[in-house]
Amino acid sequence: MSGARDKEGKWAWRLTRLVTLLVYIFMFAPIVATIVLSFNASMFGGFPMTGFSLRWYGTLLQNAQVIAAFKTSLWIAVVTATVTTLVGVVTALALVRFEFPGKQLLGTLVILPALVPETILGVGLLILIKAVDQPRSLPILVLGHILLALPYVVLIAQARMVSVRRIYEEAAMSLGASRLATFREITLPLLIPAVVAGGLLAFTVSFDNTSASLFWRPAGVETMPTQILSMLKTSISPEVNALGTVMIVMTVGIPLIGGILIQLFTKLKRRNENRENVV
Amino acid sequence: MASNVFRPRTTRGWTLYDPRLAWLLVAPAALLLFCFLILPILVMGAYTFFTFVTAGVESAHPTLANWHEFLTDSYYHGFLLKTLRVGMVTALICGVVGYFPAYFIWATPFRHKWLLLLLLIMPFWISFTIRTFSWIHILGEQGLINVTLMKLGLIDHPMEMLYTEGAVIMGLLHFLLPYMILNIYVSLEGIDRTLIQAARSMGCTNAQAFREVTLPLSLPGLAAGLMLCFVLAAGSYVTPQLLGAGRDALFGNLIYDTIMGQLNWPMGATLSIVLFVILGSVAAIYTRYMGMSQIVKGLGG
Repeated sequence: MSGARDKEGKWAWRLTRLVTLLVYIFMFAPIVATIVLSFNASMFGGFPMTGFSLRWYGTLLQNAQVIAAFKTSLWIAVVTATVTTLVGVVTALALVRFEFPGKQLLGTLVILPALVPETILGVGLLILIKAVDQPRSLPILVLGHILLALPYVVLIAQARMVSVRRIYEEAAMSLGASRLATFREITLPLLIPAVVAGGLLAFTVSFDNTSASLFWRPAGVETMPTQILSMLKTSISPEVNALGTVMIVMTVGIPLIGGILIQLFTKLKRRNENRENVV
Repeated sequence: MASNVFRPRTTRGWTLYDPRLAWLLVAPAALLLFCFLILPILVMGAYTFFTFVTAGVESAHPTLANWHEFLTDSYYHGFLLKTLRVGMVTALICGVVGYFPAYFIWATPFRHKWLLLLLLIMPFWISFTIRTFSWIHILGEQGLINVTLMKLGLIDHPMEMLYTEGAVIMGLLHFLLPYMILNIYVSLEGIDRTLIQAARSMGCTNAQAFREVTLPLSLPGLAAGLMLCFVLAAGSYVTPQLLGAGRDALFGNLIYDTIMGQLNWPMGATLSIVLFVILGSVAAIYTRYMGMSQIVKGLGG
């Protein structure tokens, strides 16, 4: 009897393993297909592969619209990441360390931009702009992106902040350090992993944003995702595959390299500290 | 002893954790949330009572026409029902399919778990638009499945898989599965493993221990994942746009077309408010019973 039950457990585990494998294949198969097809020599964006070619990367580099959209997205994302990290960390600090009226409400509100569908946020802001007779402009698009990225930065910074014990800060202040000096010397260094993670995520949220940007972008301005969308309107060209591949390499490569560098850096630092201790 | 305890001091009338200082710190975020989140939704609410004159023009003359049109026209009801159905189907499939990888990552003796988790987070870094259109390479007429099956001689004509509701749900699953898996995983990680050992030592089989201990304790994560997936699926715009035909459009596409295509702003506002209220109620019912903390963990982790 118990043998039969253990068999049931074994089969369940096999099933779990199989479904897990299938889910991972499901997650990555389309992405791999896009990367592979970007090297296709064929005029058409689909299978079968007719030969290996880099020509679509060449045409991509000569596509002025794509380059312009890329530049637009890049600087919007950099500004968004910088501002959101600043605002988000300070907000998280207040939410974790302080007690103040309205704290609960703000804590909930700040998560909302991640939960409310972008279409609704998009329409809402657009109507507000129309109601006060303002044209759509880049600053508004950037502020919108900051709103969308804020929940992630605040949540990450909050989670880290909770683990930073306030005695360290209080010790510094009791020894005469000013609030600002305490933040700079004690809190911020301890928060660095969250700051980096939050900043990178904010960058991605902005660089990747599609639905809301469709509503908010000024006339004639394309961001990278809206540019891809408009290129897809006609048909799926090999050029879009090449563009997709460039984007994938960039958006996966940058955080990956960043993460590896941070790991290496902390390891080196630890090794040096150990050496100093030994000496 | 008491003198060793650090006491909040006051400097120039400010206590250490002065609420006024907290307000200063949160002011930028609060201002942004007010101007770009609350105010737009309020103005949108007011706009639902505006009169539509002609494309792009409306007057502030108060009317119930938009609400009347929404409540009586079955065109809108059809979109709404379909959107809710697609959202629910997507969330349920995500829950069932997503539980396995979450459980696997949690239970596996494999030493490099972080790699499996990293692979799950990686799609978040890849542009959503690219992830979505990449499905065309799998499902389309020139897609992997059709080309392979035709080469093998199993079919003569490409199957029509793209631009169907199935393709839309597939794309939504692709987008939402990582959310679901991570939510369940966070919940599983929070389980005290000694509970399972206790169940085992008292004679439970692995399967029984799972049913009686692990599964019930991971339900909060599953519930958070279901809520998140439903809300995000029902509010989606890009996926139906790229992978669905016109008839597979969801409520988000309807809103976009009403505003950007027909330039009927009051009606667009009405539809947005409807979607907002419905999804907001789902989220509110969820928080009422489960609280916010699980969602916070799921989004932040």
